[in-house]
Amino acid sequence: MSARWRCGPALVALFIGSLATAAGEESVKLQDAPGRDLVVARCAVCHSVDYVQMNAPVLDRAGWEKSVRKMIDQFGAPISEADAKSILDYLATNY
Amino acid sequence: MITRRRVVAGSTGALLLASVAGTRAFAAAEAAAEPLIALPGKQALIRRTFRPPNYETPLAQLRPQITANDTFFVRYHLASIPEADARTWRLRIGGASAQRTLELSLDELKRDFERVRVVAVNQCSGNRRGLFTPRAAGVQWSYGAMGNALWGGVRLRDVLERVGVKGDAVEVVFDGADQAPLPGTPDFVKSLPVDRALDEHTLIAFEMNGEPLPHWHGAPARLVVAGWTATYWVKHLTSISVQPKAFEGFWMKSAYRIPTGVFPGARFASQENAATTPITEILINSLITSHVDGDRLQRGRPADLTGWAWDGGSGVGAVDLSTDEGRSWRSITLGVAPSPYSWRGFRAVLDTSKSGPLHVAVRATGRNGATQPEKLTANPAGYHHNIIQTLTLEVA
Repeated sequence: MSARWRCGPALVALFIGSLATAAGEESVKLQDAPGRDLVVARCAVCHSVDYVQMNAPVLDRAGWEKSVRKMIDQFGAPISEADAKSILDYLATNY
Repeated sequence: MITRRRVVAGSTGALLLASVAGTRAFAAAEAAAEPLIALPGKQALIRRTFRPPNYETPLAQLRPQITANDTFFVRYHLASIPEADARTWRLRIGGASAQRTLELSLDELKRDFERVRVVAVNQCSGNRRGLFTPRAAGVQWSYGAMGNALWGGVRLRDVLERVGVKGDAVEVVFDGADQAPLPGTPDFVKSLPVDRALDEHTLIAFEMNGEPLPHWHGAPARLVVAGWTATYWVKHLTSISVQPKAFEGFWMKSAYRIPTGVFPGARFASQENAATTPITEILINSLITSHVDGDRLQRGRPADLTGWAWDGGSGVGAVDLSTDEGRSWRSITLGVAPSPYSWRGFRAVLDTSKSGPLHVAVRATGRNGATQPEKLTANPAGYHHNIIQTLTLEVA
């Protein structure tokens, strides 16, 4: 209904480079493990990664998979299948 | 374009404090430390997420009958939240089932319609989700994703009359200025059945507790759907569209749904299917604000147990107290509610003559006869947590 900002993959990539983060958000540190940088790069386009910590006690691997699929299939996150797998592995292993 | 997509939080530094108030009460929701952080213009609240901003009111700030603007909870789905300019803001009203279209400035909205006010509870559908067993994914709210405020504005009904609602109207659709960072994310658009849109307690509000609606609460104007959960109270309102059919957007068709036929509350027929239906009214509920689980009471010194009870607008008829693990109940003193949509105070003096654990349970009943249940009704999204609250206090 609102005027929407249309952009292609190139602009999305540009956008990732200029994240509009919230004050204080940089204090959120995810577990240092393989895949972390990818998780931050992809997920933090739309939301702070404290969402990961908050849902850690709730989600198992199947739950994380459902969550990642929701972001891609329903929320339009431009994430490749290879990246989706790496993100899921990181989340299921570390949270 | 990027400059339009404003940074969510402003420039003031986040205030990090140790959680003090209600720590034990919230322990079940999240074992980790709950940092209190202040958004610009707000007092320090319990941060659930930084972006989009989701901040919960600590129990201590829920003790006044009217929740202060700067302690009221903040909830957003989408992280691009423009700062509204009241001078250039316009509200567009129209749609396929409207006889004409209309565009209103804030001044016109204030000047051309009768001004009304209502005290009403604004409660997130997922309030207390963090207390669900089994756990439910989503923002892990404890008790404070709600507040009670005096909302001032105009009746939506009066504005809709100005555009003329056609006989075939089924739903009224509402959009606000907040957007997602990515174009593929469904915009936060909500609809109401036309009869609820025309209810005299559905407002376009531009005041909160006598002040211009603050930014985090939907400046310059938001929907107030007294009695219904906060998901319908669309903030930063920009368009209202009267439609002859059910709105198909994600936030109606996929989100904010409960199992069909399981919970009480108004039906939303145009959006209902055999499996799920939209959450609608706030269910009967209560909250003890004077004490938290584990509090110590001094033996022989009477203690006042106080808190709030509310429902979806039938009004609270009774609050009962049990101190024997639910075997017997007695009705306790009620305060005055400024409106049936407001929460209503309760008070009981606890007998502290015996040492040992003191189990207290509070149960509210609405004027419509609905009463708080003992057991949770599990549902995937963790909505409608309204079970009887029980605390174990220690008399010593």
